[in-house]
Amino acid sequence: MDGSSILQRLRERFGPEILETHCLRGEPAAVVTPPAIRPVLEFCQTEPELGFDLLVDLTAVDYLKFPGREDGPRFEVVYHLFSLPHTHRLRLKVPVEESEAVVPTAVGLWPIANWLEREVWDMFGIRFDGHPDLRRLLMYEEFEGHPLRKDYPVHRRQPLIGPRN
Amino acid sequence: MGVGAFFTSKLDEAIGWARKNSIFQYPFVTACCGMEFMATAASHYDVDRFGAGLARFSPRQADVLFVVGTISHKMAPVLKRVYDQMCEPKWVVAFGVCTCTGGFYDNYATVMGIDTIIPVDVYIPGCPPRPESVLDGLMKLQDKIAASAQRY
Amino acid sequence: MAPTTTREIFLSEGGGTGGGSQNLHVNLGPQHPAMHGIIRILAELDGETLVKADVEIGYLHRAFEKDCEVGGYNNAIPYTDRLNYVSPLINNFGYAAAVEKLLGIEITARCAYIRVIMSEISRICDHLTCIGATAMELGAITVFLYMIKAREFLWELVEDVTGARLTISYGRVGGVRADLPEDFAGKVSAAFKETREVLDEVHRLLTGNRIFMDRMVGVGVLSRQETIAYGITGPFLRAAGVAHDLRRAEPYWAYDRVEFEVPTQPAGDNYARYLVRMAEMEQSMRIAEQALRDIPGGPVNVDARGRPLDPATYVDRGKQGQTEGLLLVPLTLSPNLQGQSRSEIEQVNVHDKRVVLPSKEDTYGSIEGLMNHFMLIMDGYGIRPPVGEAYYAVEGANGELGFYVVSDGSDRPYRVRCRPPCLPPMAALHRLLEGGMVADVVPTFGSVNMIGGELDR
Repeated sequence: MDGSSILQRLRERFGPEILETHCLRGEPAAVVTPPAIRPVLEFCQTEPELGFDLLVDLTAVDYLKFPGREDGPRFEVVYHLFSLPHTHRLRLKVPVEESEAVVPTAVGLWPIANWLEREVWDMFGIRFDGHPDLRRLLMYEEFEGHPLRKDYPVHRRQPLIGPRN
Repeated sequence: MGVGAFFTSKLDEAIGWARKNSIFQYPFVTACCGMEFMATAASHYDVDRFGAGLARFSPRQADVLFVVGTISHKMAPVLKRVYDQMCEPKWVVAFGVCTCTGGFYDNYATVMGIDTIIPVDVYIPGCPPRPESVLDGLMKLQDKIAASAQRY
Repeated sequence: MAPTTTREIFLSEGGGTGGGSQNLHVNLGPQHPAMHGIIRILAELDGETLVKADVEIGYLHRAFEKDCEVGGYNNAIPYTDRLNYVSPLINNFGYAAAVEKLLGIEITARCAYIRVIMSEISRICDHLTCIGATAMELGAITVFLYMIKAREFLWELVEDVTGARLTISYGRVGGVRADLPEDFAGKVSAAFKETREVLDEVHRLLTGNRIFMDRMVGVGVLSRQETIAYGITGPFLRAAGVAHDLRRAEPYWAYDRVEFEVPTQPAGDNYARYLVRMAEMEQSMRIAEQALRDIPGGPVNVDARGRPLDPATYVDRGKQGQTEGLLLVPLTLSPNLQGQSRSEIEQVNVHDKRVVLPSKEDTYGSIEGLMNHFMLIMDGYGIRPPVGEAYYAVEGANGELGFYVVSDGSDRPYRVRCRPPCLPPMAALHRLLEGGMVADVVPTFGSVNMIGGELDR
């Protein structure tokens, strides 16, 4: 299926919960509201014509310093899906406010989401509702803050052991 | 007194010679420099001819700690613990620029040089250092081992 | 209930004491002799059997994604080298391709072939290192030495082309740094001959070896459904019976013009992954040889409006005095910059002033070239893709290596995300290890081919 037909199926099924769709550079992408992301992912996985059986990537982008998006929702959680039988891709984006940074988890659908969501929690501070074990993946437990946020300066260090001790 | 000093200095030299030609290294390999470490240890740039061929995979059995690759803040306590577990006499080689000064990783996650945590004897810069540099550093370490006052 | 009988008090056996034996918690790592990288496996052991394994990563987190936002688009290339540091060329080209997709530019045909050749050489180096290290941990130290010997021949090739052995920073947005040296095809065939001999010897040493098979067959099995559910791609997936290869499914660069097979194995255990990697090395050599045979030679110069320009015409126009657009002062370059003269740069880089640095003759020989160079290098200028995002996936040595680049229109990337191909197998590692024995951790972990730089970024 080509990009626009995939987006068409999603729009038919979910209507107003798909906030916008676009297909730039051949990459179909849909923006979905946070409560609807779990049913959308399930539909993408189980619907035979879509058949997205591989969750390729689950990440987030912090739009705090993006020119033109300062008053919109701060984060956007991005899902990249791939279908092995049909070899097509899809990108789903979920805008998340900073004050209410919670998104339903995808762990029940794809077990890899466990680690990917832990990484998003670690780097951005976005919680995943229903995740069995949400703790840091890459940074150490004593680390304070979420490093990939735009307001975390790249040089701020929090050493675990100091010089020569 | 002069004769006694002569014998102990000759003994020092003999022990220094023996120690420098039988280096038991503990390769604390973390990152890309590990690939050049493997290349140096393999048959093309043989490190066995310096007597350093057998990598002892336990700090209790090693005398030279080769810290190979970037040390992050999460790994730093582990490095300190491994260094503390080694017995005297021990030497430390900082292999690669990430261990010497932090390399180009000037960010929240990297220790800017392991000499902030443990004392270092030889620094081998390079990203990653060519095996020739490594062997040069190893020979400098051997000079240092031979020249140091031996404790026994 | 408090223990009352003698057995209960002294031997902790009995109903109220919590059981006859307790599971032992053993920590494998973060620093362990398997020379692959630093992870930590908190294993709960019942005798020799591993009951539960909790894998902890992040000991090599070097803030790749944050560091890429600090400099320009080409500044991120050295950081990408150190992602998968055994096959760095693939990372370079993957990132450059993602930015090229964002910019909407199409690389030259010769550059596509060069990227294919160098990617395949890198892939062979990766598989050699993986199998060599795994074999060494099982006791076959000779295999390790042979494989590293073969890798040295390939690294000499890489050094000829890029100037460095390991961290090469060869790819650029819009092309590659320099063209291939002269007689590269001859050197490649000599190196591949040696590599094929080594692979032959290793086959004789390992493939039918009773000890190797006992330790690898039936160990670390993951079913096909679970492999897909965990998002695993690459040799791991192909060893579970799924013939999925991005070079075949979504061909990019010159992969649709070369013939190769995609080896698969049905079993899904360590031995299957070993066989798949050995077969893939042979296929990679086949691809590289075909690409070297078919590579379009001769300059594919295009002028500023994209019309192909024949070099002889170029020279004739100069001689006839039609010098507008031509340069006045021809420079000769030092032989150390082999592959970087104008004709060669233009064969392998797109002729796009917004992205590619002009050749040295132009930079030093004309005002336009100098200004073009300035506009690309200085702070605040540089490569400026349009606002938007792009995801590009290449087939790395471990699977799908994807780069997701978000641009805000300035000269620095807003967000660079690397989708690491070895994160899914590491997330699935606890499934591979549970139920097996402690000694099985070593070959399983080796066959997963975890590369720390890529896992922790």
